Amino acid sequence: MKARLIAAALTLLGSTAALAQVPATQAAPGAGPQPGQRLVVDITGGISQPMPIAIPTMPTPVVAHSAAGQTDALGVQVAQIVLNDLKGSGLFKPVAADHAVAFPQVTAPDYGYWTTTGASALVQGFVQANGDGTLTVGCYLYDVSAKQELARQGFVVSPAQWRRAAHKCADTVYTRVTGEGPYFDSRVAYVSETGPKNRRVKRLAIMDQDGANHHFLTNGQSLVLTPRFAPGQQEIVYMAFTNNRPRIYTYDVGSGRQKLVVDAPNMTLSPRFSPNGQSIVYSMSVGGNTQIYRVSASGGTPTRLTNAPGINTAPCYSPDGTKIVFESDRSGGQQLYVMDSDGGNQHRISFGGGRHATPVWSPRGDLIAFTKIGGGFNVGVMAPDGSGERTLTHGWQDEGPTWSPNGRVIMYFRTGQGSGKADLWSVDLTGVNERRIPTPLDGSDPAWSPLLP
Amino acid sequence: MTARTATVLSVAAMVALAGCAHKPKQLPPPPPESSVPSSGDTGAPSGNVGGSIVPGSRADFLQQVGTDTVHFDTDKSDVNSEGQGILASQARWLVAHRNVRVTLEGHCDERGTREYNLALGDRRATSAKNVLVAAGVSADRISTISYGKERPVATGSDESSWAQNRRAVTVVPQ
Repeated sequence: MKARLIAAALTLLGSTAALAQVPATQAAPGAGPQPGQRLVVDITGGISQPMPIAIPTMPTPVVAHSAAGQTDALGVQVAQIVLNDLKGSGLFKPVAADHAVAFPQVTAPDYGYWTTTGASALVQGFVQANGDGTLTVGCYLYDVSAKQELARQGFVVSPAQWRRAAHKCADTVYTRVTGEGPYFDSRVAYVSETGPKNRRVKRLAIMDQDGANHHFLTNGQSLVLTPRFAPGQQEIVYMAFTNNRPRIYTYDVGSGRQKLVVDAPNMTLSPRFSPNGQSIVYSMSVGGNTQIYRVSASGGTPTRLTNAPGINTAPCYSPDGTKIVFESDRSGGQQLYVMDSDGGNQHRISFGGGRHATPVWSPRGDLIAFTKIGGGFNVGVMAPDGSGERTLTHGWQDEGPTWSPNGRVIMYFRTGQGSGKADLWSVDLTGVNERRIPTPLDGSDPAWSPLLP
Repeated sequence: MTARTATVLSVAAMVALAGCAHKPKQLPPPPPESSVPSSGDTGAPSGNVGGSIVPGSRADFLQQVGTDTVHFDTDKSDVNSEGQGILASQARWLVAHRNVRVTLEGHCDERGTREYNLALGDRRATSAKNVLVAAGVSADRISTISYGKERPVATGSDESSWAQNRRAVTVVPQ
C-alpha cells in the first residue's frame, strides 16, 4: 500500500487535464526514503485520537503574480485549506505551525523544530507560478518522529482551480494516513433556502465540499427539491414545480440548460442517476399510489419497477448497478427494501424499531444510509442485508443523507424545531464528528458529488 | 397568486381561531378584498366587483361552503367524517357551478421525509378528489397537486400546527 502510494506520487497522471498531477520534482531531491510504518489512523475502530499535524505556510521559490493572486499569499491560503480539510475530517488535530519554512526546507524538514510542536505528521509544500500561467503546488507528508517522508504529490492547475490543488494535497495526506479513499476534491449540490417558513424560496446551488466557490443555479421562481449528481457531474437531476407542475428535470451545469426528463401527466419525484449515468430511477404518483420507474437518461419510454400498492419512492442504485434500495409503506410504515435493478426479488431489509426512509447506498457498497423515524428523525446506517443498524446523528430532525465519495462521511440536513430553518451537516461513520457545513443561506437536500475528474 | 395565497392564509387563520380542527366550522365570510391587485391571475375575473360576490368565484365558494380545507390524521389520507361533510358541501357548490375547474392541493406536516410527504400529499389530494367525484363532480374538472411539507399554513412545530398542515385544499380560481 505505502509503496504503491509513493509510486503513484511519482507517476504522471492526467497530464492533459486542467488539473494535472505531476511528480513534485521541482524541489525534490529524487525519490524519497522508504515510508515509515507508524503514522496510522484507524478510522473504523470507533473513537480514535485525532493525529496532531503541523501544516505551515507553503513558501514560493519566487514571489510572482498569477491570476489567482501572489504566490506567497497563495502559499498561506493553500496551507489553510489543507488544514481545514484535515481538521474537518475529525481525524487530525492541527498544532500551531507559525514557523517559517524556507523553500529549500520543503524537502528537508527542520525535524528538530517540529518535534517540539507535538506534531506527529508534518505537511509542507510550495506554490510556484509557471511561465504558461499555470500554478504548481507541491505537497509533502512527513512522519516527524521517524523523520521520514511518507508521500509527495505535485499538482499543476490553472489559476481558477488553485483551491483544487489544496484539496488534492489534503486528500494525499488523508489517504496516506488512513488508507481510505480521498474525498476533499469534490463538490456538493443542494437546495439553498430563505424566506418565511410558509413560503420558503428554494434555489439549486452548488459549491465545493468545503463551502467555497458557491453558485446559485436557479433563481427561486420555482420550488426545487432533491438534486442528485450524474456520475459525470456535468448534470444534476432534480424536481421542480415549474408552472405548478411538479416534475423531474435535468440541469446541465455547464450550459445551465434544464430539460424535462419524463413528460408525464402526473407528478414525478425523487430522481437519481444509475451509476453508469445511462438511466434515471424516479417515482411517479398515479391515483394515490406512488411507484418506482426507470427511464433512459436520454428519454424514451419508462419501465415500471414496483407494483405494490402504497408509496414506493426514494430509489437508489447499488454502486455496481445491479440492485436498487428504496422505501415503501407496503407493510404499513416506511421501511427499506432492496430489489434487482429490473424490479425483481423485492425484499424488506429494515426491521428495527420505528420507520426507515430515504435510503442511499454507499459508493463503497458496504453500507446503506437512511433517515430513521422513531421518536425523532436521525440519520443512520445499516449493511445492505439490514444488519448492524446504528444511528449517527443527534438533531431534532435530521434527514436526507448523501455519501462522501469515499463512503466514510455522510452529509445530511438538519431542520430546527419551530423555525423550520435547515442547515447542512456532516458526520463520519463513528458518529463522533458531527459538524455544520457553512452555506450563505439555509440549506437542505444535499448531494455529494463523486470525486472530481 | 399573491391574492389567492392571502385568501387561503386568512381562511386558514380563521380555521385556527375557530379552535379544534376536528369540529365543523361555521366561518364568517372572508373579508372583502375589493381592490387587491392580483399579481398572478390577471386574466381571471375578480371574485368581488364593487363589493358584491360574483357567483362561481372563489369568494362565492368560500361563503357558500365555509371552508376550502379538509384535514387528515397523522400519516393518513382517508377522509374522515368531518371532511366528508365539508367535501359534500363543496361538491354541491361545484355541481351548481359546472364551468368552474378546481385544483386540489395535498399538504403534509413537517414531521415526514421530503419524498414521502410529496407522495402522501398526492394521496390526500387524490382521496379528496375521489370524494368529490363520487358526489357527482366530473373528474376532469379537478386537477391535483402535492406540495408535501413545502407550504405549511401553521408555522409552529407542535401538534396543533401539524394538525392544521395535514390538509387538502380545494382551490377555486379567483
